[in-house]
Amino acid sequence: MANYRITDHPILPVTEAATVEFSWQGKPLTARPGEMISSALFARGIRAFGHHPRDGAPQGIFCANGQCSQCMVIADGKPVKACMTPVAPGMRVEPLDGLPVLPVLPEVAGTPALAETPTVEVPVLILGGGPAGMSAAIQLAERGVRVILVDDKDRLGGKLVLQTHRFFGSINAVYAGTRGIDIAAKLEGQVRARPEIDVWLNSTALAVFSDGLVGVLQSGGEGETARAVSPAPSLPPTERYVLVKPQILLVATGAREKSLVFKGNTLPGVYGAGAFQTLVNRDLVKAANRLFIVGGGNVGLIAGYHALQAGIEVVGLVEALPECGGYKVHKDKLARMGVPIYTRHTIVSANGAGARQASGAGQVDSVTIAQLDDAWRVIPGTEKSFACDTVLIAVGLDPVDEFTAKAREYGLPVFDAGDAEEIAEASAAMFSGKIKGLEIARALGLDVGDVPRDWYRTADILKSHPGAVIEARIPEQGSGVVPILHCTQEIPCNPCTSVCPQQLIHIPDEDIRVIPDFLGPSVDKACIGCEKCVTICPGLAITLVDYRKDAAMPTVTLAYEFLEASVAAGDTVTVLDAVGEVLGDVVVTNARAIPRNDRTVMLKLQAPAEIAKRIAGIRVQEPWVAEALETEVTRIDDDEIVCRCERVTADEIRALIRKGYRDMNEIKAVTRAQMGACGGKTCSALLLRLFREEGVPLDEVRRNVPRPLFVEVPLGVFAGAEEKGARDE
Amino acid sequence: MSDVTAVYDAIIIGAGSVGVPTALALAEAGLDALVLDQFASQGQGSNKAAIGGIRATHSDPAKIRLCLRTLDIVKGWGATYGHNLEWTTGGYSFVAYREQEERTLKALLKIQETYGLNIAWYDRDALLDIIPDLNPEGLIGGTFSPEDGHCSTLLMGHAFYDAAKQAGAAFRFNEKVLAIPTQGGRVTGVQTDRGVYHAPVVINAAGAWAAEIGALVGMTHPVFPDSHEAGITEPVAHFLQPMVVDIRPAPGSKNYYFFQLHSGQVVFCITPEPPVPGLDCRETSAFLPMVARRMVDLMPRLTNIRVRRTWRGLYPMTPDGSPLVGWAREVAGYLMAIGMCGQGFMLGPGLGELLARMVAGNTTADDAETLDILSPYREFQGMEALK
Repeated sequence: MANYRITDHPILPVTEAATVEFSWQGKPLTARPGEMISSALFARGIRAFGHHPRDGAPQGIFCANGQCSQCMVIADGKPVKACMTPVAPGMRVEPLDGLPVLPVLPEVAGTPALAETPTVEVPVLILGGGPAGMSAAIQLAERGVRVILVDDKDRLGGKLVLQTHRFFGSINAVYAGTRGIDIAAKLEGQVRARPEIDVWLNSTALAVFSDGLVGVLQSGGEGETARAVSPAPSLPPTERYVLVKPQILLVATGAREKSLVFKGNTLPGVYGAGAFQTLVNRDLVKAANRLFIVGGGNVGLIAGYHALQAGIEVVGLVEALPECGGYKVHKDKLARMGVPIYTRHTIVSANGAGARQASGAGQVDSVTIAQLDDAWRVIPGTEKSFACDTVLIAVGLDPVDEFTAKAREYGLPVFDAGDAEEIAEASAAMFSGKIKGLEIARALGLDVGDVPRDWYRTADILKSHPGAVIEARIPEQGSGVVPILHCTQEIPCNPCTSVCPQQLIHIPDEDIRVIPDFLGPSVDKACIGCEKCVTICPGLAITLVDYRKDAAMPTVTLAYEFLEASVAAGDTVTVLDAVGEVLGDVVVTNARAIPRNDRTVMLKLQAPAEIAKRIAGIRVQEPWVAEALETEVTRIDDDEIVCRCERVTADEIRALIRKGYRDMNEIKAVTRAQMGACGGKTCSALLLRLFREEGVPLDEVRRNVPRPLFVEVPLGVFAGAEEKGARDE
Repeated sequence: MSDVTAVYDAIIIGAGSVGVPTALALAEAGLDALVLDQFASQGQGSNKAAIGGIRATHSDPAKIRLCLRTLDIVKGWGATYGHNLEWTTGGYSFVAYREQEERTLKALLKIQETYGLNIAWYDRDALLDIIPDLNPEGLIGGTFSPEDGHCSTLLMGHAFYDAAKQAGAAFRFNEKVLAIPTQGGRVTGVQTDRGVYHAPVVINAAGAWAAEIGALVGMTHPVFPDSHEAGITEPVAHFLQPMVVDIRPAPGSKNYYFFQLHSGQVVFCITPEPPVPGLDCRETSAFLPMVARRMVDLMPRLTNIRVRRTWRGLYPMTPDGSPLVGWAREVAGYLMAIGMCGQGFMLGPGLGELLARMVAGNTTADDAETLDILSPYREFQGMEALK
């Protein structure tokens, strides 16, 4: 069986071997300790986890985030989400084909023992242990406020734990220049050091109730309070339902990924960029061999970069707009590594033998894209297909704001921070969490003073979208060492300014969005070639050209975040300019990673003076990888799915809209769209999009009524039923 | 503004469990019916909150007769109208774990048998044959009525709406009724925030909002909504045949009931005690632990079924737990079909036909008995046993 485990990664340490034995359809497999079932299956190339009861469509990973229910499997007789359930030794995992059989409790003698639902009072309950939630918790704890910090994952950090790249933002305010994974560790260190913060991991908020209580499902045993409320603290971790009564709720639940409607959009192999990063960067699973990306925002661009780092071929990226919405440095980086970026293009279909296939191993084998006209219609004849096994959907994020809405409706004092408040970068989330922490302390009546005015300004700057693009600036200087800043777009980022020992790179403190300036000539000071700016630039957009040894063949230094062993002195490499234009082939004179550079390899190339200053990177992926298939693939199946849980197609919805349906509740009643396990987390937005496409003004559309629960929870957990195994002891 | 000159034979206020079937029956009788509703589409009040059980096994002849007719309509729906309502003849079982419930149920059984209902007492082992997952500990037995059953509330509501429109009934949504004008002691129509509609007959089928509508004709209807909370699980392979009803009291609640839908989902509902009066439909934290403990206790196998969603629905209650149906004596042309006490879903189709006969003036002798029992002017005594 194939092995898709990443055994060597330029940034991430590969430590634990797969030693936990379990079975899939009776076949023995192994998982890394603590690994989720989904990743353990993906690691062996198993991507279809079951088949939908309604139409037999193969089901697999979609969110890898516990939000949808696409990845259900049967583990030891119980239906569970594969992405949220760690493999246990000896676990028998089976596909979920059709409806699961509800297990009969073994030898139940009478009634299971039932425990009362505990209620815990706390000044502040924070939902979400990502950058915003942790930052707020630290602010509150520093002021002596007790906090319960709830997160549904098995570790703190939220999406920071997936971010292997160095962060943008302000080096003073939010750790810019540091990798996301390392920021997560720093914040976690601060959280863990505060006794005021009670961390509940593996704990999912289920509902905000009208009496101001918040229902939380605890799946682990962590946390002082968790132990205190456990019906039997000596028992192994089990699922427990707890009601929390906070004075103030902070919702820092982050975002969920938007989806798209196209043919084949639910084939295994089509999933969100966040899911992909979870598989690759958290679980070190090479989730794809050949990847195609839909969406040119930062999420899609960064996912492409992460894929290349993991040794995955990136076949291309489509963006419907004339220009990618993400940072230009991210786009440029991807382009010069050899990934074609098709702006003004859209995905037409994901292709592959899919639904109702007897073997059930349906999955993506190609993607078809096409160019768009000014009215966003596909231009016939522009279709192109590419072989790929995975299609990433990275078309934006929506705030996870349902708890905020319910708390507001029910009069529970509530704040929100990070993406749950407004979609922006993680740097902005950290800073907004910090502000909200202080605002909550004030709302509790603590004498903590005003939130400093400049904090709000910093928050606004960190949240700002990329701004104007200037022409590339190539300095005249042709002697000594010349730093080249291939940074041509206003984005909130300033790490380069802080590391220069000569203080030669300038961005005004009052607005870090300004494009950096090399001050060398104007202040009559020279670059000493220390390479610190090259190393720290999150965009990999600074190079040094050193004319001191050989003015005709200067040495170019650039940052390279791939395996050190993938390039060696003496190799000939293809060099490209900032936006991916090939400049020629040059020889590598040195490639080394020193600990100070934090896993960034410094590459030294000897290049002719005519091109040296324009070199921004070396090609990582050969051009043939991204070539289109000779003929385009047309998908016949009518499987543009809107509601994945209930397998409702776009055509079903469009027909109702054309019949005059305007109440989403009625569409739900008739089609079951939004009635599935996830509660409309993905399809509600798609439904609204279909209304828009049909020309219906959204103020004519009655929204559906959101209801608990956030995720499905066994009835026995609400009853306080103890696990059978535990009761027998 | 809408067409202010339209004239109908009858205007129904409320496109819910009662109003929509009534519109269908009126339209099929050749009468012009208009249905007005404050919400954006049919069934958005309490109809969609119903869980879908339909039984004839009540304890008074009026409800028995209406629900027997509903069962006929629902069972024959597919053949007549084509929609699949996911009707399942799964039966109803009221279970007894204590002598009190055994006595109550057996006493009712005698009455029910006199009306020819197919219902019988099953001792412990016989009942376990029908519902193998019942907790056997302390189980005495229970009643089982195999001809009762359930269907999808959402599909049924929509099917009636579809059929009513096909038959010619008119519907207007997002309209709030502001007045019911009268002339010479007779209703002349309905005025909403969007228009005025004329008809000699106005039917109050406004469910939980019935008293507000009554006030518009100067009447005080003894209809007091309270709320019950319900939930639904994930779908699982079929394991449960009948609707299971447990009428034991427990702290915070009276009876509760659950069944497995055609989809494989288990839907459940509990009656709070004391009642929660008013129109508040916001989720409470008390509901899930309360209902879960009782259900897991009754059927331990439910321990592992996962709850998907919860909601609250309104029961328009009357002093004796039975509906109020009849013409107003105070205002001619004003017809009450109110106070369904949480059974509008199962009463609605049978009741809709009765209301159409009342409007058309061709009621039967059976109808007269039904209307006598359900008269809004009756003396209220006691409370219906199996409400």
